Amino acid sequence: MSDAALIRMSGITKTYGSGNVAFQALRGIDLAIEAGDFVAIMGPSGSGKSTVMNILGCLDTPTSGSYEFEGIRVEQLTRNGRALLRRNYLGFVFQGFNLLARTTALENVELPLIYRGQPTAHRHAAARAALRQVGLEDWEHHTPGELSGGQQQRVAIARAIVTRPHVLLADEPTGNLDTRSSQDIMDLIQTLNHELGITVLMVTHEPDMAEYARRVIRFVDGRVESDRRNDGEGV
Amino acid sequence: MLWNTLLLALRSIRRNLMRSCLTILGIVIGVAAVITMVTLGNGATKSVADQISSMGSNLLMVLPGQRFGPGAVPGAPFRIADVDAVRHQITAARAVAPVVSKSATAVYQANNWATAVTGSSNEYFEAGNWEIASGRNFTEVEERSGKAVCVIGETVREKLFGRQNPVGSQIRIKQFSCEVIGLLRAKGQASMGQDQDDTVVMPLRTVQRRIAGNQDIGRMTISVKEGASIDTVKDQLSRLLRERRNIGDNEDDDFRVMDTRQIAEALTSTTKILTMLLGAVAAVSLLVGGIGIMNIMLVSVTERTREIGIRLAIGALEREVLLQFLIEAVVLSSLGGLVGIALATAASISLAGLMDIPYLFDLGINLLSFLFSAAIGVIFGYFPARRAAGLNPIDALRHE
Repeated sequence: MSDAALIRMSGITKTYGSGNVAFQALRGIDLAIEAGDFVAIMGPSGSGKSTVMNILGCLDTPTSGSYEFEGIRVEQLTRNGRALLRRNYLGFVFQGFNLLARTTALENVELPLIYRGQPTAHRHAAARAALRQVGLEDWEHHTPGELSGGQQQRVAIARAIVTRPHVLLADEPTGNLDTRSSQDIMDLIQTLNHELGITVLMVTHEPDMAEYARRVIRFVDGRVESDRRNDGEGV
Repeated sequence: MLWNTLLLALRSIRRNLMRSCLTILGIVIGVAAVITMVTLGNGATKSVADQISSMGSNLLMVLPGQRFGPGAVPGAPFRIADVDAVRHQITAARAVAPVVSKSATAVYQANNWATAVTGSSNEYFEAGNWEIASGRNFTEVEERSGKAVCVIGETVREKLFGRQNPVGSQIRIKQFSCEVIGLLRAKGQASMGQDQDDTVVMPLRTVQRRIAGNQDIGRMTISVKEGASIDTVKDQLSRLLRERRNIGDNEDDDFRVMDTRQIAEALTSTTKILTMLLGAVAAVSLLVGGIGIMNIMLVSVTERTREIGIRLAIGALEREVLLQFLIEAVVLSSLGGLVGIALATAASISLAGLMDIPYLFDLGINLLSFLFSAAIGVIFGYFPARRAAGLNPIDALRHE
């Protein structure tokens, strides 16, 4: 294990509401994640696993605590600073796919590159390469409505990796998929982790899916309950 | 950044074609209605003004009473002695025509036609630039004795006689029969359906005795000699009539002397009011179009909020998202405005042709409707987006 962790969280709390109706979703999380790891975050609903994921992905801000990403103090960043961090280092895969409706697979995948200000030719080449990587090279002109759930999730993965992010954050990526598609998606994510060295953080409540990860962190009631490594798995 | 954002905005417009078209449609209808109404109204006003000024700048009209409508001061009608006095004392007057106008139905065999009967003298033809196409005008004897003879306009001939020559025929007006002695040369359709050729002219005395039943003279039409000053003649007329009507020095006139410009003003004020009314009605349609846009924008706000969430999640800056939505709104509403202007121009030109009025391009109203539509589009397209872009990305993504 290297001592320079990619992600370091300490004392992270998150409270929704205030006064009597306040709900404490996270009660002090300390977490360190190394580059290249594949981490599954598990736990029952309401355990805070999605909340911690959103904070890790800079989609949400913690109530207190410190969060360092590659040495950057995230809690000191502005809104735009967090957006730039997402743009340059992070890729997202959601349970509900979150593709733009009525928009072709190719256009969906090249969207992050438009915000990066890359020229058209490069954008198209990179988006096609990403679609090939997820096995959808023949579907680039199809809109989400014309694709199956598994295919939509592959488009979402292609969109997440087209920028070569350092970290891929996946929030219940197989939650809306059947068993067969789920295994395909998990194989794909594992391949990305192994071959491209992308650090993967994945929230799931299915033990089968957590088997793909190298490290499994369990959350209960806003705290880390257990943290173990799946030794000998997947290699 | 601007170029990429423009690309995103155009893509968004293209992929939401239905929504975009509906948005544009509301603006198109509103803008087209306002511009068409105001343009046609202006054309009608211009047409009336043109018609009056075609009568020449040397024409004066003298009417009893002051002002029309509320606050009107009544004045006694003129007598034939007034007309004679004007003839003798206003040396710059070329022709002084007493005029009595009554509506009556003219009948010839099985045909009848409701028209305006004017009682006057030969000077009426001179002052009004009327030419006799066939037949003759009144003789002195006919004028003096009030004989039942008449000169008819082209429209009356067409309605009563068809293609026949009317001169020498007898037509019946009210309870008496009247010989047609002449036919006026056609002047053509005037604006707003007012037909100058729909007229029957008789000697003044004939109309006074047989139709009006009194000695009143409704107005005088006076043409002024070439080179004489209109203002001087107006002053002289005014002084003469005040004296004849016994108006004291500190009393107001109980008659009106109007030159062509004033007649035009009196007549065009009506069409101007109509134009404003039509414009106001059309403005309501523009407003309704705006509300339509607001509806479409608000209905799509859930989908758009999630879209904003997606864009923020993959690294768009708040200002990039806002700029995209602003460009979308501006492009859509400008496009709507431009199509509306084009439609209005086409409709105005063809309707103006149909209504026989001139087409006048009014830059002001075009600009105003365009800016208004653009403002509506921007307000309703941009502000909901601004709220959404200010959310935490995760809240925007989860928006239901």
